Amino acid sequence: MKLPSLRVNAIAAALVLSAGFALVFFYAPLDADQGFIQKIFYLHVPLSICALAGFIVGGLLAIAHLRTGDPKWDVRSYVAIHLSIIFGVGVLITGSIWAHASWGKWWVWDEPTLVSFLIVFLLYATYYPLRYAIEDRDRQGRYASVFAITAGAFVPLNFIAVRMAQSLVHPRVFATANGGLPGSMLLTFLVCLAGMALLWVALVRFELAAKSASASLARLRRALEGEPEIPAQGSRIAPSVPSGATSVS
Amino acid sequence: MSAGAHPSQRPRASSATALRAILAKDLRVELRTLQSVPAMALFAVTTFVLFRYGLDRESLSGGLAAGVLLATVLFAAIIAINRLFVAEREEGGFDAIRLAPVDATALLGAKAAALVIYLVVLEAIAVPVFALFFLDSASGIPPLAGVLVLVDLGLAATGVLISSIAANSRARDLLVPLILLPLLVPVMIAAAGASQELLAAGGPSYDGVAKWLAVLAFYDMTFAAVGFAVYDYLLED
Amino acid sequence: MADATSVQRRDDPAAATVSHVAAELGGVWREFGERVVLRDVTMDVSRGSTLSVLGPNGAGKTTLLRILATLLRPSAGQVSVLGATLPRDAWRVRGRITYLGHEPLLYRDLTGAENLRFHARLHGLPGDGADRIDHLLDSVRMSRRADELVRNLSAGMVQRLAVCRAVLHEPELLLLDEPRSHLDPEAAELIEPVLGPEPGRTRVIVTHDVDAALAEADLILALRAGGSVAYAGPANGLSAGDARAIYGGGP
Repeated sequence: MKLPSLRVNAIAAALVLSAGFALVFFYAPLDADQGFIQKIFYLHVPLSICALAGFIVGGLLAIAHLRTGDPKWDVRSYVAIHLSIIFGVGVLITGSIWAHASWGKWWVWDEPTLVSFLIVFLLYATYYPLRYAIEDRDRQGRYASVFAITAGAFVPLNFIAVRMAQSLVHPRVFATANGGLPGSMLLTFLVCLAGMALLWVALVRFELAAKSASASLARLRRALEGEPEIPAQGSRIAPSVPSGATSVS
Repeated sequence: MSAGAHPSQRPRASSATALRAILAKDLRVELRTLQSVPAMALFAVTTFVLFRYGLDRESLSGGLAAGVLLATVLFAAIIAINRLFVAEREEGGFDAIRLAPVDATALLGAKAAALVIYLVVLEAIAVPVFALFFLDSASGIPPLAGVLVLVDLGLAATGVLISSIAANSRARDLLVPLILLPLLVPVMIAAAGASQELLAAGGPSYDGVAKWLAVLAFYDMTFAAVGFAVYDYLLED
Repeated sequence: MADATSVQRRDDPAAATVSHVAAELGGVWREFGERVVLRDVTMDVSRGSTLSVLGPNGAGKTTLLRILATLLRPSAGQVSVLGATLPRDAWRVRGRITYLGHEPLLYRDLTGAENLRFHARLHGLPGDGADRIDHLLDSVRMSRRADELVRNLSAGMVQRLAVCRAVLHEPELLLLDEPRSHLDPEAAELIEPVLGPEPGRTRVIVTHDVDAALAEADLILALRAGGSVAYAGPANGLSAGDARAIYGGGP
């Protein structure tokens, strides 16, 4: 599968996101109860879906790493998870703003998506200390992959459990894109979701390209000093990119 | 004096034998040194006392009872989980097992079985004490045992996996609870969902218990499967 | 004496016609983080022969042994042991090799006998290897102390038990890391026959004892800072003076 170049990707992301925001501001209806701030929904839910999907993608890439032993999959898994954690911070912040807009409190337990996301975030936040605690690079990558697979399996399980814990007490308050949204909101939501997904992919590829460049530089330096072709160690935990891993396909 | 057939003709040691050997070794060491189980039991009873004062309650039922009991069991389990691989790490046990012609999953199975045994012993002590301290009637206890068995299996599946990941890293005592506790949230949700019915004030009710047991069983199977799939990679170097 | 960068290979026509190679490394590198511990090491050991590995501390001897023992993978290069390519086919050879490192691999809260039975079961020895255990304990004169907890035994006794553990499953390839350390001369004599050369048995021994190495080895590999500094047999003229020069500094 040949992906379009990073530049095309980035431009597409920017365009779609701009279109999405335009829709948010000028097209989507204003919520009668919550007012303008409700529109943060169009930021919060796409961020959340992309982050969760990103964690699962990180788990799949980790499976590839364990099966092939090729460190390039470890790099990709790391970047996917790393960016999803950053998106995750955005999810929690926008979720809190939305909760305040809806119920006047900065945190609510009633929204299972937000709550299950908090738990997932708490789990993935341990990814960095885990990597940092293992010095040997090969083992670090392998153990991080095991973690990514375990945590990836956890994401859906956790969501189901949290959701089940809600159903008797509170009805679902926010309708999802799968049902209950009027047409104009649905369209806006889908465009924002598409834009966010493109942004995620563009950021992953950007970070992989940046890592690849610095790793190539390190490799050249080592070659000049007469060391052989062994994958150079980049930062302490962020794995460096071996040759040939720049294209994400 | 020879050991039997020549090594190159000897069949690969079966995983079941290896599992039994490692399990027997662990139980023997635990019985001799008593490092895990007494600490867990003591911790549990002391924690009950803390809760009595922390909640300012002398009698518990329903959701509150379920929460206190399960949280205590979970934290006590972490004591044992932290210690699961101490001998392997300090006395070169990982090398010994890796040098032998056995599957890595024998180690996984043995440690999980050992942990389940420790937890069952813990619960055999802690649950009666809990009933003594806080419950008006013990009629919810027998069905509760069923819930606890499923909880123990879930703790074993994830506990051994995370303990293995942390075993050879720095700050391993810190990493285990940090990684494990979020992973155990679904166990807590499902176990509490079932237990609060069983410990209800008017006597056990079985309303909706089945669905929580199903969630627990699904959790146990999922992480057992993940563990078996990845364990070989954890033991390589 | 070879300079720091050259490698002398021992070409023994007799070895080439006898059975194949028990273990070989081809251009093996091993890094730990930023540290390069093994640098382009190439060597092979013929079946039935003894290779001694010499070198100062930190030269990479233990790492080399652990790679042969399937406990570590190389960062680069090829490794083959008893005909199996590592790490892919490591499972084929476990059970036919043994590794005796700095750690005795004995659980301190079990007795010596319990430890040996445990290893016998891990290796699938019939009858838990009872006869063989008795025989080995007798050879190293530990029969009477076999029912004491390992934590109560002296270092020398622990090492004797470790030696029993190492040869319990009758391995074809012995990888020994300073096996005579912790032993008084009398105990060292006891383990000699247990670890000594036998038909069909190949040995790779890391040692600091240059004289012993020259006496027992068919081939010597000298490492310095991860690189192979000399690789030759006593018969090829590696004199005691040369060997000492490896430790004493030089170019």
